[in-house]
Amino acid sequence: MIIQGKCHTFGNDIDTDAIIPARYLNTSDPEELARHCMEDADPTFAGRVQKGEVIVAGKNFGCGSSREHAPVAIKAAGVAAVIAASFARIFYRNAINIGLPIFESPAAAAGITAGDEVKIDAEKGEIVNLTRGETYQAAPFPPFMQELIAAGGLMPYVARKVKAHV
Amino acid sequence: MGMTITEKILAAHAGLEHVEPGQLINAKVDLALGNDITAPLAIQEFKKLGLKKVFDPERVVLVPDHFTPAKDIKSAEQAKILRDFAREQGLTNYFEIGRMGIEHCLLPEAGLVGPGDLVIGADSHTCTYGALGAFATGVGSTDLAAAMATGELWFKVPETILFRYHGRLQPWVGGKDLILSTIGRIGVDGARYMAMEFTGEAIRELSMDGRFTMANMAIEAGGKNGIFAVDAKTVEYIQGRLKRDYHIYQSDPDARYAREIDIDAGKIEPQVALPHLPENARSVKEIGEIKIDQVVIGSCTNGRLEDLRVAAQILKGQKVHPEVRLIIIPGTQKIYAEALEEGLIATFIEAGAAVSTPTCGPCLGGHMGILAKGERALATTNRNFVGRMGHPESEVYLAGPAVAAASAVKGRIAAPEEVIK
Repeated sequence: MIIQGKCHTFGNDIDTDAIIPARYLNTSDPEELARHCMEDADPTFAGRVQKGEVIVAGKNFGCGSSREHAPVAIKAAGVAAVIAASFARIFYRNAINIGLPIFESPAAAAGITAGDEVKIDAEKGEIVNLTRGETYQAAPFPPFMQELIAAGGLMPYVARKVKAHV
Repeated sequence: MGMTITEKILAAHAGLEHVEPGQLINAKVDLALGNDITAPLAIQEFKKLGLKKVFDPERVVLVPDHFTPAKDIKSAEQAKILRDFAREQGLTNYFEIGRMGIEHCLLPEAGLVGPGDLVIGADSHTCTYGALGAFATGVGSTDLAAAMATGELWFKVPETILFRYHGRLQPWVGGKDLILSTIGRIGVDGARYMAMEFTGEAIRELSMDGRFTMANMAIEAGGKNGIFAVDAKTVEYIQGRLKRDYHIYQSDPDARYAREIDIDAGKIEPQVALPHLPENARSVKEIGEIKIDQVVIGSCTNGRLEDLRVAAQILKGQKVHPEVRLIIIPGTQKIYAEALEEGLIATFIEAGAAVSTPTCGPCLGGHMGILAKGERALATTNRNFVGRMGHPESEVYLAGPAVAAASAVKGRIAAPEEVIK
């Protein structure tokens, strides 16, 4: 999978409350969640973001709540991938489980500036900054997670297992 | 090579003799938990599988506690999804308003978690149950759906950091102060992807309520789980509650730790975490003059009976500052009833506090105490992120119940000794 798009940048420790504030969690509707995506980190983001663009952040992205509404809001807002220096554990798991591509790369997080155009080769974990002519490497997913991603997330994977057992 | 408690529990549930940090395993879960925010998504995913029944109707627990009693029509619809699913599936552990509690106070109290269990919950503070010597961790809704369907889930075996707390605790210092001080030391990602194992003589002296508070906030350091060795206090707590077998695991003397951190707990003073991260912790005496508009005493972190007793000890015969709103929320109906019996609720009301039925409401800016623009709250909750309790331009300070109660009286962040000489 190749992802190419313009980057929106954020700082360290962007928590799940900043990604989707709890005041909007009385619904699970992805479209409604997308309208408030990143609202408490940058209230203008949801209005500006275009389909296929990329979020780039510092360390510990997605810390805090287990709310899957956070990656769901990002995915439904049209964001094609998230690159961060590091991800919080539950967010990482949730993103993989729902099929939101994420890439852990401190070098990319440090090198990319808002507005840069990047091209990501998801299989290789290679991130090319087309604006600056730099290349960064993201940690590759372990084989099991590649299997999950290839299946389209956890539920299609579980569905296959459930069918095999029935 | 020996194993830690966390590694032993994971190995046992994966049917393996030995596991190593970093290993990906498939493990059986003893309990799977969801609430009115996370379960609706999980139920939707579960239904897509076309399965008729959850893996075990006694091991799926649903607690509507976040926006309940329902704050608006949308929340009511979300809670109804849980209610309908619980009835349709014949879940034995669905807890209705009036008979419920904040999930992480409720599950241990109701005897649903025991030592050696593997518990997953679609709520990040599921790590609370580590106080009972269980491996308990927060996951998302899709993970909950998978666990409800199969009774299993994938895990990466975490590395463990061992925290040893030495010495005797100072007056008014409790579990909240120990964990805030620890997060202040290692940072909000200091234990990212790792197990936090708590030990030492100060921990052995700590009550079960204090241990629940500490395990609860492991996630605020990025931890996968927080865990305590089972001792006589743990066994006493589960007696008469837990209705099934349990297994006590202890870390081997040659268990491998990623880090070992020694902490002189006797030097820790009551803590306050400044906005907007729990790692901004410092001694209450270093804070200076900070006026507050609201104090909240409650939540899965500090809504237990011991917390209410500490608050009442300070509020007895005092009045809440005229410019402060004090909201007190017992963690469960049982805690509420016991607080009533002990006269704590009367103390709160006489002091001028609002006392509520159990709810997570204010902790996550849901309802029952939302902050306006520019307002400042001191809370015994677990997070002080931007906008956590309301307006993005409001502020939340975190502390234990003693500092919270003293601050409610003084109208500014205050040490307990300023109220009780």
